[in-house]
Amino acid sequence: MLKNNRMKSTIVVLVLVLMNIIFSSFLPFSGKQNTPRASIERGKKVYERTCLPCHQANGSGVPGMTPPLKKTDYVLGDKKVLIGILQNGLDDEISINGKFFNNPMPAQSALKDEEMADVLTYVRNSFGNSADPVTVAEVKMWRKK
Amino acid sequence: MKSIALTISCFIILMAGRLDLKASDTIVIKKSAPAPLVITVPAGFSATTILDSLGTNRHIAVSSNGDIYVKVERPVNGKGIMVLRESGGKATIVNSFGTFAGSGIAIKNGYVYATTDDDVYRFKMNDKNEVAPNQEPEKIITGLVNKRQHAAKTIALDDAGNIYVNIGAPSNSCQIKDRENGSRGQDPCPILEQAGGIWKFKADKLNQTYKDGSRYATGIRNGVAVFWNKEQNSLYVMQHGRDGLFQMFPSLYNAEEGAELPAEEMLKVKEGANFGWPYCYYDEFQNKKILAPEYGGDKKKQGRCSIVDTPVVAFPGHWAPNAILFYTGDQFPAKYKNGAFVAFHGSWNRAPQNQKGYKVVFVPFANGKPSGNYEVFADGFAGSDALESPDDAVARPSGLAMAADGSLYISDDVKGKIWKISYAKK
Repeated sequence: MLKNNRMKSTIVVLVLVLMNIIFSSFLPFSGKQNTPRASIERGKKVYERTCLPCHQANGSGVPGMTPPLKKTDYVLGDKKVLIGILQNGLDDEISINGKFFNNPMPAQSALKDEEMADVLTYVRNSFGNSADPVTVAEVKMWRKK
Repeated sequence: MKSIALTISCFIILMAGRLDLKASDTIVIKKSAPAPLVITVPAGFSATTILDSLGTNRHIAVSSNGDIYVKVERPVNGKGIMVLRESGGKATIVNSFGTFAGSGIAIKNGYVYATTDDDVYRFKMNDKNEVAPNQEPEKIITGLVNKRQHAAKTIALDDAGNIYVNIGAPSNSCQIKDRENGSRGQDPCPILEQAGGIWKFKADKLNQTYKDGSRYATGIRNGVAVFWNKEQNSLYVMQHGRDGLFQMFPSLYNAEEGAELPAEEMLKVKEGANFGWPYCYYDEFQNKKILAPEYGGDKKKQGRCSIVDTPVVAFPGHWAPNAILFYTGDQFPAKYKNGAFVAFHGSWNRAPQNQKGYKVVFVPFANGKPSGNYEVFADGFAGSDALESPDDAVARPSGLAMAADGSLYISDDVKGKIWKISYAKK
């Protein structure tokens, strides 16, 4: 009986340790630099330097000029398209929910692959957005050199 | 048992932490129900919302019978010009016409002039000073530069049969690649041939193109606010200054300098004037035109900018002046006579600093020149003193017109409000 209990508790502990590892990968500042959390943290810094002046701190954009990054297919849809916009900029009239946006977006081709992956992962998981990360491998695959 | 209890408590703590994290991840800061917008005005004045939500109200004009003509940027029920009649502090829509989008409107010599981003039209008014519902427009000017950025055409008419059209530059600073870090400024800037200035055309000639008009003044990045001042027999324009000094040149400008520079400029525009865009911007602290960093500027050097024309008044950066009106009525106190009201749409390029400038200011004038500093006339449009994003602004001033009784109308393009500002004699 005692032995059985001990075995049970050992299993529970093992399960918990495993769960802990899984959960911790989602925790901020976990020290695991390849996790989505770490990518988001780094991406925030890229965003503040590169995107914030036009798209604003809360991702709202500017009415009539700069499109919002909140819950739009541009951000949450095809990652290949999203990577392309960052790489090449965008100079078309954008319409989102019946509102139009006219200012051109400059190409951000100076960003490194890692910075692109980080900032897109940040944008896809900020301002109320929730979507899977953009990986460096995806940027490398779809970014036109 | 002990160890089971321990692991269970560990599990609870772990889960609690996890749940807590999840909760904090998804917290949405709920905005409290919006309080009614209060527009503050000087003592003795009152501000009345005569219309709450019309559309994307841009420039407005008042006809001789007192009707308010609103150019909505995006048509409302297919109509681009809405006519309002005000009675007892409320305005109602009495007419609408013109199927096109656009920003500019003016009334002159029995015609309503209105713009798209490419063309200028006019509608003849009938003997009741109204535009008949089936009245076809005449196309006055066509084929103007429209590349979406700074594309809104705005207009003013003089008393000599001329119409002045603001043709904004489709660019920030005429870089080879617009707004791209490190891209060089083009020299000479080819944009200036057909934009970045004010063009003069005949007010009554049909189908004019660039070859029929003349470049009245150049080096104006985007002069959305245009006004013909009869007293001075002169055109006035407010320039939207360039963006991105901090973002593109962080080694020269810090975030605060990027938010305050360059000045938004009030320009008295004489024929042949050159205000220096894209090579120059106005620094309101050094009180002079400075060479832009894309053209070798270092924040202090003037270079070629020592000889360009300068503003008559400089305002803080990025406030986005969208309308100017010189007051000629008799209702307001004497100091307002012949002075200038300026409607600022409010900033976006001050981030990461708070956004500013969602207000209407007044500049007193005497003998054709500013006679004092600008003062805030109407404020509170943004609905917040610490506005982070322009998208959070409750209202944004975009047009000005003087009412038949000498009150001042202010239009807004967020929801489409119109205010009437009146003075009650004590």
